[in-house]
Amino acid sequence: MSEQVQSDFDKITKTSKISEEEIQIKKNFLNKFIKSGFPNRKQEDWKFLDISQIIKKNISDLSFFNDYSQPNKIDTSTFVDGLEHNKIIFVNGKIEKIDFNYEDQNKIEISDETKKDISFNYENSLINLNNAFTHKVFKILVKKNYYLKKPLIIYHSTNDKIKSTNINLRLDFELGENSCLRLIDFFTDNKAKNFINIFYNFILENDSILKNYKIDKFRNDNLKYSFNNIEQGNNSVSETFILSAGSDYFKNEINCNLNGEYSSAFINGVFSLKENQQHEIRTVINHLVENTKSYQLIKSVLGKYSKSAYQGRIFVNSKAQKTDGYQLSKAILLDETSEFNAKPELEIYADDVKCSHGSASGSLDENSIFYLMSRGLNYQQSKELLINGFLLDVVEKITDLEIKKLIKNIIGLKK
Amino acid sequence: MDTREKDIEKLKDYKYGFTTDIENVKAPKGLNEDVIKFISNIKKEPKWMLDFRLKAYERLKLLKEPNWQKPKYPKIDYQDLYYYSAPKSMSDKPKSLDELDPKLLETYKKLGIPLQEQARLNGIAVDAVFDSVSVATTFKGELTKHGIIFCSMSEAIQKHPDLVKKYLGTVIPVTDHFFATLNSAVFTDGSFVYIPEDVKCPMELSTYFRINASETGQFERTLIIADKGSYVSYLEGCTAPMRDENQLHAANVELIALDDAEIKYSTVQNWYPGDENGKGGIYNFVTKRGLCKGKNSKISWTQVETGSAITWKYPSCILKGDNSIGEFYSIAITNNHQKADTGTKMIHLGKNTKSKIISKGISAGFSDMTYRGLVDINSKAKNSSNYTQCDSLLMGNKCGAHTVPYIKNKNFDSNIAHEATTSKISEEQLHYCQQRGLNPEEAVGLIVNGFCKEVLQQLPMEFAVEAQKLVGISLEGSVG
Repeated sequence: MSEQVQSDFDKITKTSKISEEEIQIKKNFLNKFIKSGFPNRKQEDWKFLDISQIIKKNISDLSFFNDYSQPNKIDTSTFVDGLEHNKIIFVNGKIEKIDFNYEDQNKIEISDETKKDISFNYENSLINLNNAFTHKVFKILVKKNYYLKKPLIIYHSTNDKIKSTNINLRLDFELGENSCLRLIDFFTDNKAKNFINIFYNFILENDSILKNYKIDKFRNDNLKYSFNNIEQGNNSVSETFILSAGSDYFKNEINCNLNGEYSSAFINGVFSLKENQQHEIRTVINHLVENTKSYQLIKSVLGKYSKSAYQGRIFVNSKAQKTDGYQLSKAILLDETSEFNAKPELEIYADDVKCSHGSASGSLDENSIFYLMSRGLNYQQSKELLINGFLLDVVEKITDLEIKKLIKNIIGLKK
Repeated sequence: MDTREKDIEKLKDYKYGFTTDIENVKAPKGLNEDVIKFISNIKKEPKWMLDFRLKAYERLKLLKEPNWQKPKYPKIDYQDLYYYSAPKSMSDKPKSLDELDPKLLETYKKLGIPLQEQARLNGIAVDAVFDSVSVATTFKGELTKHGIIFCSMSEAIQKHPDLVKKYLGTVIPVTDHFFATLNSAVFTDGSFVYIPEDVKCPMELSTYFRINASETGQFERTLIIADKGSYVSYLEGCTAPMRDENQLHAANVELIALDDAEIKYSTVQNWYPGDENGKGGIYNFVTKRGLCKGKNSKISWTQVETGSAITWKYPSCILKGDNSIGEFYSIAITNNHQKADTGTKMIHLGKNTKSKIISKGISAGFSDMTYRGLVDINSKAKNSSNYTQCDSLLMGNKCGAHTVPYIKNKNFDSNIAHEATTSKISEEQLHYCQQRGLNPEEAVGLIVNGFCKEVLQQLPMEFAVEAQKLVGISLEGSVG
């Protein structure tokens, strides 16, 4: 694999016009990636789902080079109906269109000048891969006191024109003071067996609000990895909703630093999995100052041969008194071949905190099914009703009514 | 304060911190084949036992010390330890208690473990382990009447080789992790218990471990076998003198419960925790594992962990037999610079297996406490269930409390429920108690005891009283 990475990387440096300095930075990331390779089971964070094995099994011809000089056709049929929205369209990893038609153009600034050399307090070889191969990194700045009128939908699509089997995307967002952004990630895939690596970096200034909804609904056999890094200032709020149902493999990672007082983070996730799907959500919430709050709710419904994992970590710094942290993960196993793994972790260094977590897993409650059947529903209907009710609980947590309605429609949940 | 006063002051905190001046027989320092042969030879072991040790040692050479645990410690130089230390007077085994070195008897009297049977009112059979050897086992006659074997491991190897051969290493194989394998290679003594079919052991069995010699590691091995339909309750207590160095304690405990048998294993661990600056203390790296081999068997672990500089252990249950039950009740208290990383593993293999985990962690001072646990329900373990509750209490903002549960459910018929909370003693609770005339320290003691009650209830009577006091003592000076 490492030879392929190296030669594809050389191809990129030869064909595209990037500065020598940038090449050097990218090279550093590449070397780091080559050294560590894809993460595997031996690493604690990858204990439950081993991506290096999964990639080996699913993608025989792993390649990294994409020709970004030619424009791709945008397939408008995949657009979301019934909701006016701004668009960013990725096709095969290349940004084809950025469209903020509904907004005041003076309040939004789009630039491709971003700090390339981003570093984290922990090593993640997929981020290294991403940094080495991302084509162009755009930064979207929402200016002070501006609330976007319409939500922004980011379309992630692939088509036959794709050359490589790996796509790396990156977007940076900065939300100025007292601004608000509603962001939907929408996945439609026409090409199979790709590894898609997405990295978002969010900076939330004081009093800003970010709502991020990730919708992976349509069945496809791609492998996806998404990493959100969220830095929050005073009084800021972040809300993340993840619908994890479509891809063969999908791991969502969220690293959230609550740097400002009275900031809060909400993460809600739904796994709805069938044959051979393996999905994971991993969250790290760092409570770094006083009076911060986090809330997480993850629910799974697991069909035949499917597997879901939830790794949640709440870290409370010794300065972060009056922290409120909560985690709950629940799973329904529908088949004897389904599997649920959880690792809800608390790491606490302050004493005046309220932190708790809970986890429960099991099969559908036979008594509830009996209750419904005795009222005239058949077995299948009762089962569906119970599952819908179970998942609806998470969807109801969405604070944006417009988007809640859209997501309910997409999932097929009715009230 | 002159030195003598200081010593007295110290003793107040840890009353078992004295040393016994006794002549010792030691194996040469270091870990190699010769030392293992020396140990085996001095204990007059048969060849199969030596082979067992050497096999473990071969394996040990390939293993690396694990380092995923939360409390990090300076590297241990395994070549700078004595692996065998025994009071000289034990070289020729005394036939009865009267022949025991009076100094030893004195030591155990100080510890509150009377070896003279008559001194014991409520009849608990005691096996006392001093450094590397078992010095005395009481109430042998009474136990023999029921066919119960309760003796030191060395004696069992001599007298009951068939049983030892059959079960030793079946729960913790020689190929296990680093510390377990180290123990398999160099273990010195420990207790052996065999309860025959359909016998309910008439009294509590108990072992008292004492580390006395310096620069010594204690590696004891305990094996308890409960045959079909039997019941035994076993207690374990530990103390060590105060020293500035860190001493290693790496024991292996194996429990085997056959059909319908029940084993209850209780520990009150009070090894020397080091002084208030975190100097000295015992490294308590113990492997405890129980196998519910037969149908309807039950293993229950109860532990009160107050001592040791670092506690790193996970008493586990392998629920292999159908309908078997595993339980784990734990109180872990860390104060000053103590560190603990403890919890349990419940591995469900058989049908209708049930497990319950109640863990209470209390950290104060500069200490760090981690609950780490695994609940694994195998795809064949139909209709199994687990309930886990782990609560942590923090006192002050210099300490830490962490919870790291691993939950694996591969069976759709099974249920796992897990709950964890972290909190502190609320001002209201303290105020309420103080209003009614308790001083702050008493108030904290009362609240903590209430917090731990679920676990303390599980302990046998005599131990529960001791443990309750211990909880109070361990937290002294942490309020304010």
